Amino acid sequence: MKLTINGKETEYAGAKDRPLLWYIREDLKLTGTKYGCGVAACGACTVLVDGVPTRSCSTPASAMEGRKITTIEGLDSKAGKAVQQAWTELDVVQCGWCQSGQILTAAALLTKTPKPTEQQITDGMTGNLCRCATYHRIRGAVARASEIMG
Amino acid sequence: MAADSVSLENPSRRSVLQVIGLGVAGFAVGCSSSVRSASAAPGPGGLVSFGPFVKIGSDNTVTVLLKHIEFGQGVSTGLTTIVAEEIDADWAQMRFEEAPAEVPTYGNGAFGGAVQGTGGSTAIANSWMQLRQAGAAARAMLVSAAAARWKVDPASCTVSRGVVSSGSKKATFGDLALDAGKLTPPSVKSLKLKNPANFRLIGKEKSANTVTGRADTPAKINGTAQYALDYHPEGLLVALVARSPRWGGKVASVDDGAARAVKGVHDVFQISNGVAVVATDYWAAKTARDALKITWDDSAAEKRSSDAMFADYRKLLEKPGFEARKEGKGAAALTSGSGKVFTVDFSFPYLAHAPMEPMSCTVDFVPGERCVFHSGSQMPTVDQAVLAATLGLQPSQVKIVTMLAGGSFGRKATPDGDLATEAAQIAKHLNGAAPVKLMWSREDDVRSGKYRPMTMHRMTAQVNEGKIESWTDRTVIQSIMDGTPFGTPGKPDISAIEGGHDIPYTIPNISVDVTFVKSPVTVLWWRSVGHTHTAFAKEHFFDLAAKEAGLDPLKARQSLLAKSPRLLGVLNLAAEKAGWGAPLPAGRGRGIAVHKAFDTYVAEVAEVTVKPNGTFSIDRVVCAVDCGIVVNPDIVRAQMEGGIGYGLSAALGEQITLKDGVPVQTNFYDYAPLRLAQMPKIEVYIVPSSEAPTGVGEPGLPPAAPAVANALLAATGKTVHTLPMGMKI
Repeated sequence: MKLTINGKETEYAGAKDRPLLWYIREDLKLTGTKYGCGVAACGACTVLVDGVPTRSCSTPASAMEGRKITTIEGLDSKAGKAVQQAWTELDVVQCGWCQSGQILTAAALLTKTPKPTEQQITDGMTGNLCRCATYHRIRGAVARASEIMG
Repeated sequence: MAADSVSLENPSRRSVLQVIGLGVAGFAVGCSSSVRSASAAPGPGGLVSFGPFVKIGSDNTVTVLLKHIEFGQGVSTGLTTIVAEEIDADWAQMRFEEAPAEVPTYGNGAFGGAVQGTGGSTAIANSWMQLRQAGAAARAMLVSAAAARWKVDPASCTVSRGVVSSGSKKATFGDLALDAGKLTPPSVKSLKLKNPANFRLIGKEKSANTVTGRADTPAKINGTAQYALDYHPEGLLVALVARSPRWGGKVASVDDGAARAVKGVHDVFQISNGVAVVATDYWAAKTARDALKITWDDSAAEKRSSDAMFADYRKLLEKPGFEARKEGKGAAALTSGSGKVFTVDFSFPYLAHAPMEPMSCTVDFVPGERCVFHSGSQMPTVDQAVLAATLGLQPSQVKIVTMLAGGSFGRKATPDGDLATEAAQIAKHLNGAAPVKLMWSREDDVRSGKYRPMTMHRMTAQVNEGKIESWTDRTVIQSIMDGTPFGTPGKPDISAIEGGHDIPYTIPNISVDVTFVKSPVTVLWWRSVGHTHTAFAKEHFFDLAAKEAGLDPLKARQSLLAKSPRLLGVLNLAAEKAGWGAPLPAGRGRGIAVHKAFDTYVAEVAEVTVKPNGTFSIDRVVCAVDCGIVVNPDIVRAQMEGGIGYGLSAALGEQITLKDGVPVQTNFYDYAPLRLAQMPKIEVYIVPSSEAPTGVGEPGLPPAAPAVANALLAATGKTVHTLPMGMKI
């Protein structure tokens, strides 16, 4: 079966229940997508499926035929670039393990809601865990990315 | 280290770490602070070494070798900045890479130099002079090479942003590297370090002309950063281990028929810590491990529940323990003095570190020849010794490649190299068949962790005529050191009550004692270690005592900290910036806490809003920190923000509870770290200082929870007896 990841078609022939996360990391070697919990509780494995933030650790690769999957390596949307710029300006990252998921989630939020309120930022981002607690800067950087987008 | 530092915790941890280095690896003690002879020949990529910490490339890059792991605390920026300052480089030409495992060259000076390690908030403090000297030595060599080339007096040469000049002559570091690298490095004594007044990078806010931002940001926002779990060589096999659900349990029997039938399974076998499953990929390994049928022998296992363990702790709280501190009449003053005596017990659960990147490492073993170990460990030389011993190699045959770590908070700093031990046993069994990556699932991490010890404090005070006359603090706790080969038999592990026995308040009668309990449950240092509980007990109880004495919490602290000017400094700054004393509407409360940890002084003021039903939010935390000279102010702020968040996470929602010896929690849905929605707004203020730099990775944490508890006390009059406190009082 064919999957489309970052605009490229790949052939998936693995186990039916194998999560997309492990196919992306172990077979395609796109290691920017991270394993954090395996149960859709932390958001480190977030990818965009047709633009929607999706937990790749709990999504079977075999269910993704015909869907457009974007990982951090393929993020090139206007919102995505603005988010990365804001993350750089505010130096959001600490250990960085959760940040691919944070950035993809923020990009999806701003694509859908370019001018989010404080509450919309909180609601949009609170599903993504960060043990370094970079939350304070994440809030600021999402707001800053919104400004950058104009 | 700060001149007024007299804390006991660091020497105690240091001596232990020396033992690790000496006992396991046989390494020599002593930390090289001189610059080694430089190698004249350029290494890979045209890089010329200027001692163990600096390499300069013909492409004009300056690479700093980090003897400390980057796990988010910012050493890839901070350590690189120190060298860049003294060598007078442009920030854009600076690069970093992790040093190999080698002592004493890369030993941690704060640990006596015998172990290469990151911990105890020591990275900047113990590297400060070493890297200034390394940068200054390389600069002197570059200047000498330029002066010789131009036949001018070295004193006529100036260096600015990576360019050496004399009159109209100019050369870049890259132009000079090969010549300069052939010179004999100058002696440490002859080095001229910069006057701090002339620092161009150290202590400066980021800008186009200074440090332009964190060195690790670019790779961490585009997915290219490589962590231990990302290492994936050709032919890699993945291993998972089924460990006993109870600590101290052993494998009695295994039925691995169904596991072996899973497609992709390479092997299933026992190791000392359980049953290893090796497969072509994670999912196959997990599926197979789930199919194992193991009977465990729990005869030596912990079988109590948390409630029963706390009941045992309470019995021990009735009896005196080892007295680590006595002032005046000590505990006897409580019965002989006059005034009101009151007692409060505080309970703290086991805590998992739960770094975002679960534990993993990869062993590539060639039997009889060598081993390459990729990991994100805080103690690479301990792992090296463990791998060598298990695989029948010399430490020099074990190459350690330190990758980025996705957090750690102490978990990847085990004195026994637990991860390396499991991986080495698996690699030994595979006997070189393939490189093997040992992975821990999140469930493994939560359920089989090495926890912050479960702890109780019994605090008693006597107040009389508006004064705190007596103070006792009794702790029951499991020691991190004891029961490992690194404990000191017969000597109490005072590091367990760091921050408690050295209570800084001037109180006439003080007694601080500790009783140790044993359990098969494994415990480990967890970000800020003993301070995680001593600061809470000390600072929340202080407010309760002040209230009994009719004192304002800030004024009471000010009056008892006259002999601790740096604590007083952060206390006053935090109070001022938070607007202490300004009235708050009903339902809101403000609390303050101040604490010294790892030679750094931090005060925090928390503001809470409590609804009529008791649910509350933390609106704001104002933090003041004094960590001596600041290398990077934005990273100091980031570490304070992160430390506060990590502290609040434990205060509000994290706990490991045992039911019949088995952890109840399994993953992030029931081991509940702080979420963005719970994070307060944070302001950080830094006290200007010319003292030597001290660490910031841990000290932001201890005051956070007691500041919140004190704010809740102010708002509601209620005491927080137990952590986690939840979001309702």
